[in-house]
Parts: sequence; structure tokens; C-alpha cells
Amino acid sequence: MTLAVSGLVRRFGDTTALDGVSLALGEGEFVAVLGPSGSGKSTLLRALAGLEGADAGEIRIAGRDMAGIPARERQIGVVFQNYALFRHMTVFENVAFGLRVRPRAARPARAELARQVRELLALVQIPELERRYPDQISGGQRQRVALARALAISPRLLLLDEPFGALDALVRREVRRWLRGLHDRLGLTTLLVTHDQEEAMELADRVAVMERGRLVQFDAPPALLAAPASPFVAGFIGHATRLEGKVQDGVLRFGTLPLPALRVALPDGRATAYLRPREVVALPGAGGAMVQLVRATAEGELRLVVQASGLALDAVLGEAAPGWPARGAPCRLHVVAAQVFAADGTRALGQPSAPAPVACRAGTEGV
Amino acid sequence: MSAALALAAPRRVRAIPGFGLAFGITLAWLSVIVLVPLAALAIRPWELGPLGVWDSLTEPRVLASLRLSFGAALLAAAIDLPLGLLLAWAIVRLRFPGRALLDAAIDLPFALPTAVAGIALTAILAPNGWLGAPLAAAFGWKVAFTPWGVVAALVFVGLPFVTRTVEPVLRDLGAEAEEAAATLGATRPQVLARVVLPALLPALLSGFGLAFARAVGEYGSVIFIAGNMPMVSEIAPLLIVVRLEQFDYAGAAAIGLAMLLLSFPVLLALNLWQRALRRGRA
Amino acid sequence: MTPRPAIDPPRWLHLALGGLALLVGLLLLGLPLAAVFTEALRRGWEVASAAIAEPDTLAAIRLTLLVAAIAVPLNTIGGLAAAWCIAKHEFPGRRLLTALIELPFSVSPVIAGLVFVLIFGMQGWLGPSLREHGIQVVFALPGLVLATLFVTFPFVARTVLPLMQEQGRAEEEAAATLGATGWQSFRRVTLPNVKWALLSGVLLCNARAMGEFGAVSVVSGHIRGQTNTMPLHVEILYNEYQFAAAFAVAALLALLGLVTLAAKAVLQRLTGRATGPAP
Repeated sequence: MTLAVSGLVRRFGDTTALDGVSLALGEGEFVAVLGPSGSGKSTLLRALAGLEGADAGEIRIAGRDMAGIPARERQIGVVFQNYALFRHMTVFENVAFGLRVRPRAARPARAELARQVRELLALVQIPELERRYPDQISGGQRQRVALARALAISPRLLLLDEPFGALDALVRREVRRWLRGLHDRLGLTTLLVTHDQEEAMELADRVAVMERGRLVQFDAPPALLAAPASPFVAGFIGHATRLEGKVQDGVLRFGTLPLPALRVALPDGRATAYLRPREVVALPGAGGAMVQLVRATAEGELRLVVQASGLALDAVLGEAAPGWPARGAPCRLHVVAAQVFAADGTRALGQPSAPAPVACRAGTEGV
Repeated sequence: MSAALALAAPRRVRAIPGFGLAFGITLAWLSVIVLVPLAALAIRPWELGPLGVWDSLTEPRVLASLRLSFGAALLAAAIDLPLGLLLAWAIVRLRFPGRALLDAAIDLPFALPTAVAGIALTAILAPNGWLGAPLAAAFGWKVAFTPWGVVAALVFVGLPFVTRTVEPVLRDLGAEAEEAAATLGATRPQVLARVVLPALLPALLSGFGLAFARAVGEYGSVIFIAGNMPMVSEIAPLLIVVRLEQFDYAGAAAIGLAMLLLSFPVLLALNLWQRALRRGRA
Repeated sequence: MTPRPAIDPPRWLHLALGGLALLVGLLLLGLPLAAVFTEALRRGWEVASAAIAEPDTLAAIRLTLLVAAIAVPLNTIGGLAAAWCIAKHEFPGRRLLTALIELPFSVSPVIAGLVFVLIFGMQGWLGPSLREHGIQVVFALPGLVLATLFVTFPFVARTVLPLMQEQGRAEEEAAATLGATGWQSFRRVTLPNVKWALLSGVLLCNARAMGEFGAVSVVSGHIRGQTNTMPLHVEILYNEYQFAAAFAVAALLALLGLVTLAAKAVLQRLTGRATGPAP
């Protein structure tokens, strides 16, 4: 089913939770709405589900205006943040609920209902849990129940509100892949709300980034990295470090910081650069910076935190050398690329003015 | 056009359906049983005219009964404070055989019909009762059929209010705060005065208010023990009954309204004090 | 025994305070109860049971049961509707509504009876015209029911509301997205989640309804065998110096209170939490 939102506004007293949000989802698309807490993403989800009203704007699902249509008639599957399972019902009853509350004429017969519920439980791979109660199963299993319950109403659209928040890190990764597989297999249109960029980038076809009630960018993950629409996106995605600098004659300099100048196509004046860890390379040798910390990432790479004029900066390892990297070792920094914004918001890519040292290639891979 | 409409009236969406019917039931129920009847109480006294209301309320017998009802209620609620705190402390902090029984017994004044409590207290405190006899023999105290009987009955009915409001706070307080204070070098009385009592104060105030509100209007447990002597041990609610029996509806309503209006400032003051304490803490 | 925290009061103080608490409990709470049963059985079991088997007493018991049977369900429905509105919906005036529901607790029972006399009594607003149509409210069953409704008004809402608020709205919202109507969501989701608290509230409401004295005393008219409830019957017997009979009926009422307390304690065990806040 397609979803089209245009100019959606929602105010709570003085605060504007949604400030003219417009976005469209194609059939079968998986979209993540990403933003910090308070950015309005949950309000957007609740408005779509019909749990929250709108002060202005329009929501269309499969072309039909949803104004005045209550949640119970929208046929939208929702997996709530803490799953909101019915605590006094068994897993089976939870999943069966949406079928049981149908008008009498549309209600499946007993045997048919049981068959459908078991099919759903098999689909989410927990057929053995049907007699358990929600407080007798694990967080991951609860999430599967919530999903099966939402799927039971044959939803036209699936909404997931921070569905992985309650899971521990190990389970999260696995469940994420499985969920994406399920989406593809069932041909659903899915909208996921999350504050976790890793989750959004890995799962979604396109990511909608929200900031203070506004949709600031709606793009595929690589595009978000390559061309962030605003300083907020550049800073929010990819754990970038924000640095102030000055552009003169197409060259960005960082004052007294021991960072090389960057070529950038921006007018003269103040500018803000966003440097992602992968784009800052530390090389052994005196260069005004010092290794403060060496740490390993979950992916098995080494990352450095370097200290430069009082600033702590994430960097990658340029080359291996004897006794390098070590805490307290002097180093010099090379910048592979940076997103730079002029004071008026124009964006340009900053690039090294000197050719990169050979060892820097490592830093540019897989950005 | 839809934008203009939306501006005129923001679309309200009820996430959970069925509000209209439930709210209708609630309002009808509240109006028929509480609001309309209380409105009658607010309106009827004025049939006497302002002066008539004044005269009817300043009769010495009425003034004496109001003084007794409010005085005894305040005194009883004040006596309930230490007693209720003691009982709350005992069921939260002490482990002794029969604690569960004591815990259940605290609710007895709630569960025991007031008339039953009334005749039982009278039997105990009467000059020949289990407590009345020894008190009279040893100290010459007479409790039943005097204003002290009224206070005794009101202490009984108000006690659980203090205990049950203080108990959850005392339980939450735990021993940690006290222990922390002790590790910082506080002596036992200092811990009590600076840590425990301030933490309990809002709950004590609210318990006091509840016990007072209940005691002011209490009827069943009082009339048996009070002796009901005009000017001495006659409570205000009884005077309402007396006036009703004389078909003086407006006069009865005047006393009722006066009771509500007089207890309102007490409850409001307690409420504001509590709020100030909470804000001070936050 | 659990190890005593280092800063517990000295042992002697501990024991003294504990003893004092027990003494207070015994004197204040145990003694009245003991008095009721002792007085009831003072002249023997036969006298007590004869007092209860008396036609007027039986009529009083029947009337008390009838009044409670009407008032308790009505207040249960109203209390549930109010608690559900306040806990599960957003509307202006929620706090006011909550306060209004508690109002009857701070009104004297005598005033609760008085207000209905003001409206339905001989000189009440509606009394005379209703009387012309042969409808009597005060000094009859409807008055008893109304007064009882007033004094037991907050019990159900008050016991159920905190739990409903604690449970939040998530499950009802989930039910809505799954297509449930308001009634379906109330009956299948909200109600089962609060059933023990509801039962506890109904029991408290019932205990008060059967034991109410002041409010019904004002509207009853004390007509023996007709408008006399059990507590009123106790008063009449007592004032006629039939102490054994008065205490025998009182003992029945006390038993009702004890059963209510026991049931409440069981419910609390069952749910592992305090279900009934103090009325």
C-alpha cells in the first residue's frame, strides 16, 4: 500500500511536535524515520496509526484520505515501543485478538481462527509459545508476538515504534535481519521509527531524518552520508565531530588545530566542518597531535582518539609501525574528506589540498 | 477548504474509542447523585434570607455544636497523628508474630459500621465499661456521655486514615536514607528530625486532613457515646437531624452548608501546605 | 530474624515502641470488636439468635440487602465509567472530575441524607409533586438507595483508578489498532486487567452500603419492618434498652466487616499489591 503524508502539523500547547511533515512511501518500501528523542517521530507514527490527531495536513493510505477515520478502521499494524501485549492473555489470545474483535460477519470460525493464529506464530518462529503469558517469555519473543498480533489483521501498512529498544545488543542484530527478510517475503510497506542510526541505515530502503518536528532529509542511506542536507544531518549521521573554521580563497583552515587545510568550493567566511571518524587518519610522527586512547570497534577495527590542542577527535589508523599506535604517542593527522557548511547553509565537500599519503587508503574504504 | 476547516477546529482524535458513552454515564451519575443534591444544599438556606441564615447559625446551641464538632475533630486528628504513625511504623519496620493481623485490624474502623462502633465504644467507656470503670475509679475521669467521648470516637474512626497514608511513604523511605544520614555522622534524634519526619510530613498532613474531614461529619459512632446534651456534647450533624425533625429544612441546610464551608479552609490550607512542601523538595 | 541495621534504635526502645503499638492496636481496634461479641452473647446464644430471628430484624436484614443490591451495582457501573474516562482518555477537566468523585468522602453522612430530604422531602423541591403521583422517595426505599449511593459513591472509582492509571493506555491503543470497538477494548482488555482491584472496591462499597448509618438515618423515617435497615435497627433496639438484641444485630454487621477485611487481605495477597486505598 502506498502512504502519502503532506503538510502534517501537530501542536501540543506551545510545542510543535510535527511542523509540516510531508513524505511518501511506495508500495513494498521499508522506510525508517530517524531522529533524536523529541524530534516528533513518535507523534508522526501515532498520527499515521490514528492514535493522535493532526492540526493540519493530510494522510493518505492507498490514495484514501484518513481524516476522521479512527484507528480501529485503518487496518494498520502497529508494533508498540514496549509491545503493549495484553498481559492477561496467552500468546495465542494476543495474536487472535484482532480476529476476534471483527464484526460478527467477518469473524473467522473457531477452527479457521486457530489455523490462522498458528500460521502466524509459525511465521514468527514461536509456535511452541502459544499457551504462555507475556510475562513468561523473553523480550525477543514478546517482540515476535507483537509482530504476529499486528500481522493478524492483514495490515495495509506496518508501523514499528522503536521495536528493538527493549532487546539486548546481540539479539538486536539478528532480529533486525530477520525482520527485513520478513518484510521482503510478505511484500509489506513498513515504516520504522528509531533513534538508532545504525538500525535505520542497515534496515531501511530510505531514511527520513527528523529534527524538531521537521523532516530535514529523506533519502537512501548512502545519499545521507554523501550529501547531508543540513548541518544537523551531517552531525547526526555517522558520529561526526563538528569543527569551526574559516574559508579564504577556497581553502578551509582550522585555526590553530593541527589539521591540514581543505580545498572547498565555498565563499570566504566562517564555515563548519563535520569530520567522521573514518575520514580522519592518524599517522605516526610528530604533527601536533597525540594518541589519547586506542580502542577496538565491534567490527574488529582499531580506532584512535587523538588529542589535538585540547580537542578529542576520533580517527582511524593510518599505518602500522613498531610501537604504534600507543597511548601518548605523537601523531599527525590527515583529513580524507569532510562535509563543510557555509554560514548560509550551503554545503560543499572539503577535500585535501595535498595528495593523501599512501597509507591513508584504508580510511577511505567503505564510507 | 480542508485547511480552513482544520484551522477552525483542530481535528480531535480519540485514540481509544468509546469515550462519549462512558463520559455521558459518568456525568449523569455524578450529577444525579452528587452535584444536584449538593446544589440543593447550597441554595435552600437562603430561603431564610441572609439575616435569617445568620440568626439561624448564631443561635448559641448551633455555635456550641459547631465548636464541638470542629474542636473535637481537630483534637482527634491531632491525637491520630502520633498513634497512626506508631502503627504505620510497627507494621512497616517491625517483624513480630501477629503483624499481619495488626495490619488487617488497622482497617477495622473503615469496615466496622459506625453504629456498631458507636455502641461498642459506649459499652467500653461507659462508667461500668471495661475501660470506663477503671478510668473512673483511678482518676475520676468520665469519658462516655461527655465531650471526651466524642473525641474518643473520632480518634477511632480517624486512625486508619493517618496510618494508611503514612505507611506507603514510610515503606518507600526504606532504611537507606536513615543509614546514609547515620554514616554522615547524624545522631538518632537528628536523623529523625532532619530525615524521617520531613519526608513523612506531606503524608502526615494529608492523613490529618482525611481524618479531620471524616471526623467533622461523623455521626453514627458519636451519637451513642456523646450523651447529646445541648450546649455540651451535641455535635453539629445531630443538630441537623433535630432541625429536620422540626421540618426546619432551611435551618438544617444552613448548618450543613456552614459545616462544609468551615471545613473547606482547613482542608485547603493543608493542601497548600503540602504542595509548598512538595515544590520545595522538587 | 533479619539482621538489624546499625542505626536501629536501641533494643529496649525498639521493644517498648513495638509493645506500645500492639497495645494501641489492641485497645483501640481489638477492644470494640471484643465488646460487640461479648455483649451480644452476655445473655446467652439463645437470646442472641432469638433477637435475630425476630420478624422486624429479618425485615431489616432483607431491606439492607435490597438497598445494597441496588446501590452497589449502580455505583460499580458509574465508578468504572468514570475511572475509565479519567485513566484512558484525555479531556479538559480531568483533575476536576477526579476531585468531584472524591467529594462525597469529605461530606458528612448526615448531609448526604439531608440533601435528598431537601429535594424529595415533604417540603422539598420535588417532594410534594411526586407525592401527588403516589411516588414517595424520602421515608421509603428510593431515599435509602439515593443516600446510600451518595456515601458509597467514590469507592469503586477510587480503588480502580490508580491501577488503571498505572497500567497506562498502551494496551487499549493496541486494541484500537487491531480493530476493537470501545466496548470490546473495555471488556476484553481493561476490565480483566483490573478485576481484582474492582472486586476489592465492590466489597468495600458493599460493606459501607450495608453498614451506613447517618445518611440512611436521615431519610429513613425509622418505620419498623419497613424502612429500617440493620444499622438503624441496632439504634432502635439500643435506645429501647434491648442491649443484648442490639449487640446481636451489631455482631452480624461486625461479621460483615470482618469478612470484608479478610476478603480484602486475600485479594491483596492474590495481586501482590495494595488494592484498596483507604476510603
